[in-house]
Amino acid sequence: MSAGALRLVALNGLLGYGYPAESLDRALALEPDLLGVDAGSTDPGPYYLGAGESFVSEEQAARDLEPGLCAAVARGIPLVVGTAGGSGAAPHLDRAVAMVRELAARHRLHCRLAVIPAEVPAETVLAALRAGRIVPCGHTRALTEEDVRACTRIVGQMSTEPLVRALEGGAQVVIAGRCCDAAIFAAEPIHRGFDPGLALHLGKIMECGALCARPAGANDVLVGTIGADSFTVEPANPARRCTPESVAAHSLYEQPDPHRFHEPEGTVDLSACAFEALGERAVRVRGSRLIAAAEPTVKLEGARCRGYRTITIAGVRDPGIIAHLGEIEAAVRAGVTGALPGDLPADELSLRFLRYGLDAVTEAPEGPPPVPPREVGLVIEAIAPTQELADRALALARATALHQHFDGRKTTAGNLAFPFSPSDLRGGPVYEFAVYHLLRGADPAALFPVAFEEV
Amino acid sequence: MRLYDLASAIRSKNAGPFTLTIDLALPDREAFARVLGAEGLAPARIAALYGVAADSVRVTPFERVLTIKVALPRPGASSGAPGDRDVYGCQQHFPLADVEV
Repeated sequence: MSAGALRLVALNGLLGYGYPAESLDRALALEPDLLGVDAGSTDPGPYYLGAGESFVSEEQAARDLEPGLCAAVARGIPLVVGTAGGSGAAPHLDRAVAMVRELAARHRLHCRLAVIPAEVPAETVLAALRAGRIVPCGHTRALTEEDVRACTRIVGQMSTEPLVRALEGGAQVVIAGRCCDAAIFAAEPIHRGFDPGLALHLGKIMECGALCARPAGANDVLVGTIGADSFTVEPANPARRCTPESVAAHSLYEQPDPHRFHEPEGTVDLSACAFEALGERAVRVRGSRLIAAAEPTVKLEGARCRGYRTITIAGVRDPGIIAHLGEIEAAVRAGVTGALPGDLPADELSLRFLRYGLDAVTEAPEGPPPVPPREVGLVIEAIAPTQELADRALALARATALHQHFDGRKTTAGNLAFPFSPSDLRGGPVYEFAVYHLLRGADPAALFPVAFEEV
Repeated sequence: MRLYDLASAIRSKNAGPFTLTIDLALPDREAFARVLGAEGLAPARIAALYGVAADSVRVTPFERVLTIKVALPRPGASSGAPGDRDVYGCQQHFPLADVEV
């Protein structure tokens, strides 16, 4: 890339979603200065952070990483992976680093690797909580010490600062734990002295891959170029194009306010942004402005286990059952709690009936549906303090629902059509985001230490 | 006219595990102004529809792309917690999409 500009390439919107090999080849022909990819999200829910597991296939993630790693090392340009392993906690980071070492060994690559952990010890969070330095983020409730202690894992979202430390230290490959999405692509431009408002806005767009293009594609490569007073974005795949509208509309995505977004560095104000078409497929953006934060903050995410789940899935075709589902549900509830006294107090069991076809996706309006559905899909769920108790409660609920009598019942041999044997499926531990709060006055150097190694 | 029929795109999604956002993309300026001025789009009406606190709903017009953004706390459980119905929040544009405008 020429002096005065920096060219960045996003492999895709999420490591493990795949991308066309030709797209990366086209992007590499433009002589980029950095490759990056976001590898995580909280969208799939708290389970993956709590259980330390990945929500994408790790084999696919390795296949996505392989060409990027080889190209970055061959060209001597950095590769930055943010929120490694999906949630960016210690087990996720360990597996991602193992993946890099394995790929490097297979291709005989040698590089300087920086690893940045993002787990925050409960003691650190508790000390901050007692000092009044933890505040709710958005619509979360006030944090309690009990919530903090109950979390299996707490991570902090690192800003560009730890990534810049890694890049300053000569890292060619940066594997970061939980990381602000925009930081993955904003760190290098900020490190090189480009405007942080432009860099963060560009990062916010690039972390989704070619999602800002039309047709939109989180599974494709995006090229971003930042200059002194603007940046441009262009999809690598000639079948896609960016338009001023498609790029402007991207600031709506997953954000509560399209005119601004918040990062640890401050608030990025987009209200004065201008979007201009450059040729057929690229868009130039000007006017993104960072209003620096008064003090550094770090967003914390913690998952606590709320019990263990077992479910069953069954269909209902008989109109008499569909009309009496409420009554059957009440009888099953009473039957299950009656059969488990002592072993499982009623307030420790959560028994839920999701009635697909009636009101499972959104709360039903008042009154019965105007036209009853021909079929209803039923999911019965038990959550209890142990897996064994959840299995037992669900087995009782399933058997009771199958045979429950109601007024006018004609289908006297059984109420439910089970598609599977075994009918009962273990869901394992159930987590909740108990921590989703801001840590004020955080010291990023202490929270996110950078470790270098030669591979 | 039902909002769902008027909108060119109408979508919901989590903005973090505790917040839901609903985007209403309108086909032209007239429809944009019509929806923005509709009684059914008043934050208090949306709050009642979703069973959340009246002062917790924000309606932000984004005129450049003729889209109205609604942000509200997730009704019920946070994403993926016990009791949740929609981990990604992708189908929560109803009941708002049924509102007459």
